[in-house]
Amino acid sequence: MAGSNPNAKPMDLTLKVWRQKNRESAGSMVTYPVKGISPDMSFLEMLDVLNEDLLRGGQDPIAFDHDCREGICGMCSLYINGRPHGPERGTTTCQLHMRHFNDGDTITIEPWRAAAFPVHKDLVVDRSAFDRIQQAGGYVSVNTGGVPDANAIPIGKSIADKAFDAATCIGCGACVAACKNASAMLFVSAKVSQMAMLPQGKVEAKTRVENMVAQMDVEGFGACSNTGACAAECPVGISLENIAIMNREYLSAKATSEHVA
Amino acid sequence: MNWFTKTFSSTLGRKFIMSITGLFLCSFLVVHLVGNLTLFRQDGGEAFNIYSHFMANNPIIRTMEFVLVAGFLFHIYDAIVLTRRNKAARPVGYANSHPEQNSTWSSRNMGLLGTIILVFLLVHLWNFFVPARFGELEGVPNADYLNLYSEVVLAFKNPIYVALYVIAMVALAYHLIHGFQSAFQSLGLTHKKYTPFIQKFGYAFSVLICLGFAAIPLYFFFFV
Repeated sequence: MAGSNPNAKPMDLTLKVWRQKNRESAGSMVTYPVKGISPDMSFLEMLDVLNEDLLRGGQDPIAFDHDCREGICGMCSLYINGRPHGPERGTTTCQLHMRHFNDGDTITIEPWRAAAFPVHKDLVVDRSAFDRIQQAGGYVSVNTGGVPDANAIPIGKSIADKAFDAATCIGCGACVAACKNASAMLFVSAKVSQMAMLPQGKVEAKTRVENMVAQMDVEGFGACSNTGACAAECPVGISLENIAIMNREYLSAKATSEHVA
Repeated sequence: MNWFTKTFSSTLGRKFIMSITGLFLCSFLVVHLVGNLTLFRQDGGEAFNIYSHFMANNPIIRTMEFVLVAGFLFHIYDAIVLTRRNKAARPVGYANSHPEQNSTWSSRNMGLLGTIILVFLLVHLWNFFVPARFGELEGVPNADYLNLYSEVVLAFKNPIYVALYVIAMVALAYHLIHGFQSAFQSLGLTHKKYTPFIQKFGYAFSVLICLGFAAIPLYFFFFV
Protein backbone atom coordinates (compact mmCIF):
# COMPACT_ATOMS: atom_id res chain seq x y z
CA MET A 1 0.00 0.00 0.00
CA ALA A 2 1.47 3.36 -1.04
CA GLY A 3 2.58 5.56 1.85
CA SER A 4 2.05 2.89 4.47
CA ASN A 5 4.63 2.03 7.09
CA PRO A 6 6.18 -1.34 6.19
CA ASN A 7 7.17 -1.94 9.81
CA ALA A 8 3.66 -1.35 11.13
CA LYS A 9 2.28 -4.54 12.63
CA PRO A 10 -1.46 -5.11 12.60
CA MET A 11 -3.12 -4.68 15.99
CA ASP A 12 -5.78 -6.62 17.85
CA LEU A 13 -8.02 -4.45 20.00
CA THR A 14 -10.99 -4.71 22.31
CA LEU A 15 -13.66 -2.05 21.81
CA LYS A 16 -16.30 -1.11 24.36
CA VAL A 17 -18.94 0.74 22.39
CA TRP A 18 -22.17 2.45 23.44
CA ARG A 19 -25.08 0.77 21.65
CA GLN A 20 -28.53 2.31 21.72
CA LYS A 21 -31.35 1.37 19.34
CA ASN A 22 -33.08 4.74 19.23
CA ARG A 23 -33.83 7.89 21.23
CA GLU A 24 -36.30 6.16 23.51
CA SER A 25 -34.52 2.93 24.32
CA ALA A 26 -31.93 2.49 27.06
CA GLY A 27 -28.43 1.82 25.81
CA SER A 28 -25.45 -0.07 27.17
CA MET A 29 -21.77 -0.63 26.55
CA VAL A 30 -21.09 -3.66 24.32
CA THR A 31 -17.67 -5.27 23.92
CA TYR A 32 -16.32 -6.15 20.45
CA PRO A 33 -12.95 -7.65 19.56
CA VAL A 34 -11.33 -6.30 16.36
CA LYS A 35 -8.39 -8.01 14.71
CA GLY A 36 -5.72 -7.05 12.19
CA ILE A 37 -6.09 -3.28 12.44
CA SER A 38 -3.36 -1.40 10.56
CA PRO A 39 -1.73 1.47 12.50
CA ASP A 40 -2.14 3.54 9.32
CA MET A 41 -5.92 3.40 9.54
CA SER A 42 -7.89 6.32 10.88
CA PHE A 43 -10.11 5.67 13.87
CA LEU A 44 -13.19 5.77 11.64
CA GLU A 45 -11.65 3.28 9.19
CA MET A 46 -11.10 0.96 12.15
CA LEU A 47 -14.83 1.28 12.93
CA ASP A 48 -15.59 0.61 9.24
CA VAL A 49 -13.68 -2.68 9.56
CA LEU A 50 -15.69 -3.63 12.64
CA ASN A 51 -18.95 -2.67 10.91
CA GLU A 52 -18.15 -4.86 7.90
CA ASP A 53 -17.54 -7.76 10.28
CA LEU A 54 -20.85 -7.04 12.02
CA LEU A 55 -22.69 -6.87 8.69
CA ARG A 56 -21.17 -10.16 7.54
CA GLY A 57 -22.34 -11.71 10.79
CA GLY A 58 -25.86 -10.38 10.21
CA GLN A 59 -25.62 -7.85 13.04
CA ASP A 60 -26.65 -4.21 13.11
CA PRO A 61 -23.58 -2.03 12.32
CA ILE A 62 -22.57 0.70 14.78
CA ALA A 63 -24.00 4.08 13.80
CA PHE A 64 -21.53 6.97 13.99
CA ASP A 65 -21.38 10.41 12.38
CA HIS A 66 -18.81 11.19 9.69
CA ASP A 67 -18.65 13.10 6.44
CA CYS A 68 -15.53 14.68 4.95
CA ARG A 69 -12.99 12.57 6.87
CA GLU A 70 -10.54 15.41 6.33
CA GLY A 71 -10.98 17.15 9.66
CA ILE A 72 -12.88 20.14 8.34
CA CYS A 73 -16.59 19.37 8.39
CA GLY A 74 -17.19 18.85 12.11
CA MET A 75 -19.44 15.83 11.59
CA CYS A 76 -17.38 13.20 13.40
CA SER A 77 -17.59 13.04 17.15
CA LEU A 78 -16.95 10.14 19.60
CA TYR A 79 -15.77 10.27 23.21
CA ILE A 80 -12.75 7.96 23.01
CA ASN A 81 -11.04 6.67 26.17
CA GLY A 82 -12.52 9.50 28.20
CA ARG A 83 -11.69 12.36 25.80
CA PRO A 84 -13.61 13.99 22.93
CA HIS A 85 -12.01 13.02 19.59
CA GLY A 86 -9.59 10.78 21.52
CA PRO A 87 -6.25 11.33 23.22
CA GLU A 88 -4.51 13.57 20.65
CA ARG A 89 -4.73 17.37 20.92
CA GLY A 90 -6.07 19.43 18.03
CA THR A 91 -7.46 16.42 16.17
CA THR A 92 -10.85 15.34 14.95
CA THR A 93 -11.72 11.66 15.23
CA CYS A 94 -11.36 11.17 11.47
CA GLN A 95 -7.79 12.49 11.69
CA LEU A 96 -6.94 10.31 14.69
CA HIS A 97 -4.82 7.39 13.56
CA MET A 98 -4.58 3.95 15.06
CA ARG A 99 -0.82 4.35 15.48
CA HIS A 100 -1.65 6.27 18.68
CA PHE A 101 -2.96 3.02 20.17
CA ASN A 102 -1.15 -0.20 21.05
CA ASP A 103 -1.79 -3.82 20.24
CA GLY A 104 -4.01 -5.33 22.94
CA ASP A 105 -5.55 -1.99 24.04
CA THR A 106 -9.11 -1.73 25.25
CA ILE A 107 -10.78 1.39 23.83
CA THR A 108 -14.06 2.83 25.12
CA ILE A 109 -16.19 4.72 22.61
CA GLU A 110 -19.16 6.79 23.80
CA PRO A 111 -21.41 9.43 22.24
CA TRP A 112 -21.27 13.12 23.30
CA ARG A 113 -23.20 13.35 26.56
CA ALA A 114 -25.47 16.36 26.97
CA ALA A 115 -29.18 16.89 27.55
CA ALA A 116 -29.09 19.26 24.56
CA PHE A 117 -27.51 16.54 22.36
CA PRO A 118 -29.90 13.58 22.64
CA VAL A 119 -28.59 10.26 21.31
CA HIS A 120 -30.27 9.31 18.02
CA LYS A 121 -28.71 5.87 17.74
CA ASP A 122 -25.50 4.31 19.09
CA LEU A 123 -22.84 7.03 18.77
CA VAL A 124 -24.89 9.51 16.74
CA VAL A 125 -26.21 12.52 18.66
CA ASP A 126 -28.60 15.23 17.52
CA ARG A 127 -26.61 18.47 17.37
CA SER A 128 -29.43 20.57 15.90
CA ALA A 129 -29.35 22.68 19.10
CA PHE A 130 -26.24 24.31 17.56
CA ASP A 131 -28.20 25.07 14.38
CA ARG A 132 -30.97 26.76 16.38
CA ILE A 133 -28.41 28.88 18.25
CA GLN A 134 -26.92 29.92 14.90
CA GLN A 135 -30.35 30.75 13.53
CA ALA A 136 -30.99 32.96 16.57
CA GLY A 137 -28.32 35.42 15.42
CA GLY A 138 -25.15 33.81 14.10
CA TYR A 139 -25.27 35.65 10.80
CA VAL A 140 -24.78 39.07 9.20
CA SER A 141 -27.80 40.45 7.38
CA VAL A 142 -26.95 41.60 3.87
CA ASN A 143 -29.07 44.26 2.22
CA THR A 144 -29.66 44.40 -1.50
CA GLY A 145 -27.86 47.02 -3.56
CA GLY A 146 -24.50 47.51 -5.17
CA VAL A 147 -21.44 45.66 -3.93
CA PRO A 148 -19.26 48.02 -1.87
CA ASP A 149 -15.55 48.19 -2.61
CA ALA A 150 -13.73 45.58 -0.52
CA ASN A 151 -11.11 48.09 0.58
CA ALA A 152 -13.67 50.68 1.68
CA ILE A 153 -13.84 49.15 5.17
CA PRO A 154 -10.41 48.98 6.78
CA ILE A 155 -9.92 46.09 9.24
CA GLY A 156 -6.73 45.79 11.27
CA LYS A 157 -4.64 42.70 10.65
CA SER A 158 -4.77 41.53 14.30
CA ILE A 159 -8.57 41.90 14.38
CA ALA A 160 -8.92 40.09 11.07
CA ASP A 161 -6.71 37.27 12.38
CA LYS A 162 -8.65 36.94 15.63
CA ALA A 163 -11.98 36.93 13.83
CA PHE A 164 -10.69 34.33 11.40
CA ASP A 165 -9.38 32.13 14.23
CA ALA A 166 -12.83 32.24 15.87
CA ALA A 167 -14.44 31.49 12.50
CA THR A 168 -12.50 28.24 12.17
CA CYS A 169 -14.97 26.61 14.62
CA ILE A 170 -16.39 23.56 12.84
CA GLY A 171 -19.31 23.15 15.26
CA CYS A 172 -18.43 19.55 16.18
CA GLY A 173 -19.54 19.90 19.81
CA ALA A 174 -16.33 18.59 21.42
CA CYS A 175 -16.45 21.64 23.74
CA VAL A 176 -19.85 20.56 25.05
CA ALA A 177 -18.70 16.94 25.35
CA ALA A 178 -15.57 17.93 27.28
CA CYS A 179 -17.22 20.42 29.63
CA LYS A 180 -18.25 19.07 33.03
CA ASN A 181 -21.36 21.29 32.69
CA ALA A 182 -22.07 20.34 29.06
CA SER A 183 -21.77 24.06 28.36
CA ALA A 184 -21.81 25.40 24.80
CA MET A 185 -19.98 28.60 25.71
CA LEU A 186 -16.95 28.01 23.50
CA PHE A 187 -19.08 27.30 20.41
CA VAL A 188 -21.46 30.21 21.00
CA SER A 189 -18.63 32.59 21.87
CA ALA A 190 -16.71 31.71 18.70
CA LYS A 191 -19.80 32.54 16.65
CA VAL A 192 -20.54 35.72 18.60
CA SER A 193 -17.03 37.11 18.75
CA GLN A 194 -15.98 36.52 15.14
CA MET A 195 -18.76 38.86 14.00
CA ALA A 196 -18.60 41.27 16.91
CA MET A 197 -14.99 42.04 15.97
CA LEU A 198 -15.73 42.94 12.36
CA PRO A 199 -17.44 46.13 11.19
CA GLN A 200 -20.01 44.22 9.11
CA GLY A 201 -21.06 42.25 12.18
CA LYS A 202 -21.03 45.14 14.65
CA VAL A 203 -24.31 46.47 13.24
CA GLU A 204 -26.28 43.59 14.77
CA ALA A 205 -23.85 42.80 17.60
CA LYS A 206 -26.18 43.53 20.52
CA THR A 207 -29.20 41.67 19.19
CA ARG A 208 -26.99 38.80 18.10
CA VAL A 209 -25.39 38.13 21.48
CA GLU A 210 -28.66 38.61 23.38
CA ASN A 211 -30.55 36.17 21.15
CA MET A 212 -27.81 33.57 20.83
CA VAL A 213 -27.22 33.41 24.59
CA ALA A 214 -30.97 33.21 25.21
CA GLN A 215 -31.24 30.30 22.74
CA MET A 216 -28.21 28.60 24.30
CA ASP A 217 -30.00 28.70 27.67
CA VAL A 218 -33.28 27.46 26.16
CA GLU A 219 -31.48 24.45 24.67
CA GLY A 220 -30.41 23.36 28.15
CA PHE A 221 -26.63 23.72 27.96
CA GLY A 222 -24.84 24.33 31.25
CA ALA A 223 -23.04 27.46 32.45
CA CYS A 224 -19.31 28.14 32.19
CA SER A 225 -17.03 27.20 35.09
CA ASN A 226 -13.94 28.43 33.23
CA THR A 227 -12.25 25.04 33.57
CA GLY A 228 -10.77 25.44 30.09
CA ALA A 229 -11.55 21.81 29.15
CA CYS A 230 -13.37 23.00 26.01
CA ALA A 231 -10.42 24.88 24.56
CA ALA A 232 -8.04 22.07 25.52
CA GLU A 233 -10.14 19.56 23.57
CA CYS A 234 -11.16 21.78 20.64
CA PRO A 235 -9.87 20.18 17.43
CA VAL A 236 -9.29 23.59 15.81
CA GLY A 237 -7.96 25.40 18.89
CA ILE A 238 -10.69 27.97 19.53
CA SER A 239 -9.37 30.24 22.29
CA LEU A 240 -10.96 30.82 25.71
CA GLU A 241 -10.60 34.53 25.00
CA ASN A 242 -13.71 34.24 22.86
CA ILE A 243 -15.74 33.40 25.97
CA ALA A 244 -14.48 36.55 27.67
CA ILE A 245 -15.36 38.54 24.56
CA MET A 246 -18.87 37.07 24.59
CA ASN A 247 -19.23 37.84 28.32
CA ARG A 248 -18.44 41.50 27.83
CA GLU A 249 -20.49 41.68 24.61
CA TYR A 250 -23.45 40.23 26.50
CA LEU A 251 -23.17 42.43 29.57
CA SER A 252 -22.75 45.60 27.57
CA ALA A 253 -25.56 44.61 25.19
CA LYS A 254 -27.90 43.94 28.11
CA ALA A 255 -26.98 47.27 29.69
CA THR A 256 -27.34 49.38 26.55
CA SER A 257 -29.61 47.65 23.99
CA GLU A 258 -33.12 48.91 23.46
CA HIS A 259 -34.75 45.52 24.07
CA VAL A 260 -36.72 45.99 27.26
CA ALA A 261 -38.77 42.79 27.06
CA MET B 1 -39.79 38.77 33.14
CA ASN B 2 -38.33 42.12 32.19
CA TRP B 3 -34.86 42.59 30.73
CA PHE B 4 -33.29 43.02 34.14
CA THR B 5 -34.47 39.75 35.68
CA LYS B 6 -33.89 37.98 32.35
CA THR B 7 -30.28 39.16 32.33
CA PHE B 8 -29.52 38.03 35.85
CA SER B 9 -31.27 34.70 35.52
CA SER B 10 -29.35 33.81 32.34
CA THR B 11 -26.28 31.58 32.66
CA LEU B 12 -24.03 34.53 31.82
CA GLY B 13 -25.85 36.88 34.19
CA ARG B 14 -25.57 34.44 37.07
CA LYS B 15 -21.86 34.03 36.42
CA PHE B 16 -21.61 37.84 36.47
CA ILE B 17 -23.19 37.80 39.96
CA MET B 18 -20.84 34.98 41.01
CA SER B 19 -17.77 36.93 39.94
CA ILE B 20 -18.82 40.31 41.39
CA THR B 21 -19.77 38.78 44.74
CA GLY B 22 -16.68 36.55 44.69
CA LEU B 23 -14.32 39.49 44.20
CA PHE B 24 -16.20 41.46 46.86
CA LEU B 25 -15.77 38.56 49.28
CA CYS B 26 -12.03 38.58 48.42
CA SER B 27 -11.88 42.21 49.56
CA PHE B 28 -13.59 41.16 52.80
CA LEU B 29 -10.89 38.52 53.33
CA VAL B 30 -8.20 41.20 53.14
CA VAL B 31 -9.92 43.41 55.74
CA HIS B 32 -10.62 40.43 57.99
CA LEU B 33 -7.04 39.16 57.83
CA VAL B 34 -5.49 42.58 58.42
CA GLY B 35 -7.64 42.98 61.55
CA ASN B 36 -6.86 39.48 62.76
CA LEU B 37 -3.13 40.10 62.55
CA THR B 38 -3.57 42.07 65.83
CA LEU B 39 -3.80 38.60 67.42
CA PHE B 40 -0.06 38.22 66.91
CA ARG B 41 0.71 41.23 69.13
CA GLN B 42 2.11 40.11 72.45
CA ASP B 43 -0.26 42.36 74.44
CA GLY B 44 -2.63 39.88 76.06
CA GLY B 45 -5.25 40.60 73.42
CA GLU B 46 -5.62 44.35 74.00
CA ALA B 47 -5.23 45.40 70.34
CA PHE B 48 -7.50 42.58 69.15
CA ASN B 49 -10.21 43.45 71.69
CA ILE B 50 -10.12 47.14 70.72
CA TYR B 51 -10.30 46.13 67.05
CA SER B 52 -13.26 43.78 67.59
CA HIS B 53 -15.01 46.45 69.69
CA PHE B 54 -14.60 48.87 66.77
CA MET B 55 -15.89 46.30 64.27
CA ALA B 56 -18.96 45.62 66.42
CA ASN B 57 -19.88 49.28 66.97
CA ASN B 58 -18.76 51.39 64.03
CA PRO B 59 -21.87 52.38 61.99
CA ILE B 60 -20.10 52.03 58.62
CA ILE B 61 -18.87 48.55 59.51
CA ARG B 62 -22.34 47.59 60.76
CA THR B 63 -23.87 48.78 57.49
CA MET B 64 -21.27 46.90 55.43
CA GLU B 65 -22.17 43.82 57.45
CA PHE B 66 -25.50 43.71 55.59
CA VAL B 67 -23.75 44.10 52.24
CA LEU B 68 -21.41 41.29 53.24
CA VAL B 69 -24.29 38.99 54.16
CA ALA B 70 -25.96 39.85 50.85
CA GLY B 71 -22.67 39.05 49.05
CA PHE B 72 -22.52 35.63 50.67
CA LEU B 73 -26.20 34.89 50.03
CA PHE B 74 -26.09 35.83 46.33
CA HIS B 75 -22.84 33.89 45.84
CA ILE B 76 -24.27 30.78 47.50
CA TYR B 77 -27.72 31.07 45.90
CA ASP B 78 -26.39 31.45 42.36
CA ALA B 79 -23.88 28.65 42.98
CA ILE B 80 -26.75 26.31 43.88
CA VAL B 81 -28.90 27.39 40.91
CA LEU B 82 -25.98 27.03 38.47
CA THR B 83 -24.86 23.69 39.90
CA ARG B 84 -28.39 22.28 39.53
CA ARG B 85 -28.56 23.56 35.96
CA ASN B 86 -25.11 22.16 35.15
CA LYS B 87 -26.02 18.73 36.54
CA ALA B 88 -29.23 18.73 34.50
CA ALA B 89 -27.25 19.60 31.37
CA ARG B 90 -25.65 16.13 31.49
CA PRO B 91 -28.23 13.65 32.81
CA VAL B 92 -26.28 10.61 31.51
CA GLY B 93 -22.58 10.65 32.35
CA TYR B 94 -19.63 8.97 30.67
CA ALA B 95 -18.58 5.42 31.51
CA ASN B 96 -14.95 6.41 31.01
CA SER B 97 -13.88 10.03 31.43
CA HIS B 98 -10.50 11.69 31.95
CA PRO B 99 -11.15 15.33 32.82
CA GLU B 100 -7.77 15.48 34.63
CA GLN B 101 -6.17 15.55 31.17
CA ASN B 102 -7.86 18.79 30.16
CA SER B 103 -8.60 20.83 33.30
CA THR B 104 -7.48 21.42 36.89
CA TRP B 105 -9.07 19.65 39.83
CA SER B 106 -9.98 22.87 41.63
CA SER B 107 -11.73 24.31 38.58
CA ARG B 108 -13.97 21.24 38.44
CA ASN B 109 -14.70 21.15 42.17
CA MET B 110 -15.60 24.71 43.09
CA GLY B 111 -18.93 23.52 44.53
CA LEU B 112 -17.28 20.96 46.80
CA LEU B 113 -14.65 23.49 47.93
CA GLY B 114 -17.36 26.10 48.48
CA THR B 115 -19.39 23.67 50.60
CA ILE B 116 -16.37 23.00 52.85
CA ILE B 117 -15.93 26.76 53.20
CA LEU B 118 -19.63 27.20 54.03
CA VAL B 119 -19.50 24.55 56.77
CA PHE B 120 -16.42 26.26 58.16
CA LEU B 121 -18.15 29.65 57.96
CA LEU B 122 -21.10 28.44 60.05
CA VAL B 123 -18.79 26.93 62.69
CA HIS B 124 -16.68 30.08 62.64
CA LEU B 125 -19.70 32.34 63.18
CA TRP B 126 -20.81 30.09 66.03
CA ASN B 127 -17.33 30.25 67.59
CA PHE B 128 -16.83 34.01 67.53
CA PHE B 129 -19.54 36.11 65.90
CA VAL B 130 -22.47 34.76 67.94
CA PRO B 131 -20.85 35.19 71.38
CA ALA B 132 -19.44 38.60 70.39
CA ARG B 133 -22.70 39.95 69.01
CA PHE B 134 -25.23 38.27 71.25
CA GLY B 135 -23.33 38.94 74.44
CA GLU B 136 -21.85 35.99 76.23
CA LEU B 137 -18.44 37.60 76.56
CA GLU B 138 -16.80 38.76 79.75
CA GLY B 139 -15.68 42.35 80.10
CA VAL B 140 -12.09 43.40 80.34
CA PRO B 141 -11.26 44.99 83.73
CA ASN B 142 -10.84 48.79 83.54
CA ALA B 143 -11.82 48.92 79.86
CA ASP B 144 -15.08 49.55 77.97
CA TYR B 145 -14.71 46.59 75.59
CA LEU B 146 -15.33 42.86 75.90
CA ASN B 147 -12.79 40.06 75.90
CA LEU B 148 -13.12 38.27 72.54
CA TYR B 149 -9.42 37.41 72.76
CA SER B 150 -10.05 34.88 75.55
CA GLU B 151 -12.62 33.20 73.25
CA VAL B 152 -9.94 32.88 70.56
CA VAL B 153 -7.45 31.36 73.00
CA LEU B 154 -10.06 28.90 74.25
CA ALA B 155 -11.30 27.83 70.80
CA PHE B 156 -7.81 27.21 69.43
CA LYS B 157 -6.85 24.92 72.29
CA ASN B 158 -9.33 22.48 70.72
CA PRO B 159 -7.47 20.33 68.15
CA ILE B 160 -10.71 19.60 66.27
CA TYR B 161 -11.33 23.30 65.66
CA VAL B 162 -7.69 23.85 64.68
CA ALA B 163 -7.86 20.98 62.18
CA LEU B 164 -11.17 22.24 60.76
CA TYR B 165 -9.83 25.78 60.39
CA VAL B 166 -6.66 24.64 58.62
CA ILE B 167 -8.53 22.26 56.29
CA ALA B 168 -11.02 25.03 55.48
CA MET B 169 -8.17 27.40 54.60
CA VAL B 170 -6.66 24.81 52.23
CA ALA B 171 -10.09 24.52 50.59
CA LEU B 172 -10.36 28.32 50.44
CA ALA B 173 -6.93 28.57 48.82
CA TYR B 174 -7.91 26.14 46.04
CA HIS B 175 -11.30 27.87 45.68
CA LEU B 176 -9.57 31.22 45.20
CA ILE B 177 -6.78 29.93 42.95
CA HIS B 178 -9.44 29.09 40.39
CA GLY B 179 -12.04 31.64 41.42
CA PHE B 180 -9.99 34.84 41.42
CA GLN B 181 -8.82 34.71 37.81
CA SER B 182 -12.03 33.00 36.70
CA ALA B 183 -14.02 36.02 37.96
CA PHE B 184 -12.20 38.30 35.54
CA GLN B 185 -12.93 35.90 32.68
CA SER B 186 -16.64 35.84 33.59
CA LEU B 187 -16.69 39.64 33.62
CA GLY B 188 -15.09 39.64 30.18
CA LEU B 189 -12.01 41.39 31.55
CA THR B 190 -9.24 39.74 29.61
CA HIS B 191 -6.35 41.45 27.92
CA LYS B 192 -2.98 40.35 26.67
CA LYS B 193 -1.28 42.86 28.99
CA TYR B 194 -3.26 42.32 32.17
CA THR B 195 -4.51 38.72 32.19
CA PRO B 196 -1.09 37.12 32.88
CA PHE B 197 -0.67 39.52 35.82
CA ILE B 198 -4.19 38.81 37.12
CA GLN B 199 -3.48 35.08 37.01
CA LYS B 200 -0.18 35.36 38.90
CA PHE B 201 -1.57 37.89 41.36
CA GLY B 202 -4.63 35.69 41.99
CA TYR B 203 -2.42 32.71 42.75
CA ALA B 204 -0.21 34.66 45.16
CA PHE B 205 -3.24 36.33 46.75
CA SER B 206 -4.96 32.98 47.35
CA VAL B 207 -1.93 31.34 48.89
CA LEU B 208 -0.86 34.28 51.06
CA ILE B 209 -4.33 35.11 52.41
CA CYS B 210 -5.00 31.49 53.33
CA LEU B 211 -1.55 31.02 54.89
CA GLY B 212 -2.20 34.13 56.97
CA PHE B 213 -5.54 32.83 58.24
CA ALA B 214 -4.27 29.28 58.84
CA ALA B 215 -1.33 30.64 60.84
CA ILE B 216 -3.69 31.99 63.53
CA PRO B 217 -5.16 28.71 64.89
CA LEU B 218 -1.76 27.00 64.53
CA TYR B 219 -0.03 29.81 66.44
CA PHE B 220 -2.53 29.66 69.29
CA PHE B 221 -2.51 25.85 69.44
CA PHE B 222 1.26 25.48 69.53
CA PHE B 223 2.63 28.69 71.00
CA VAL B 224 0.08 30.39 73.26
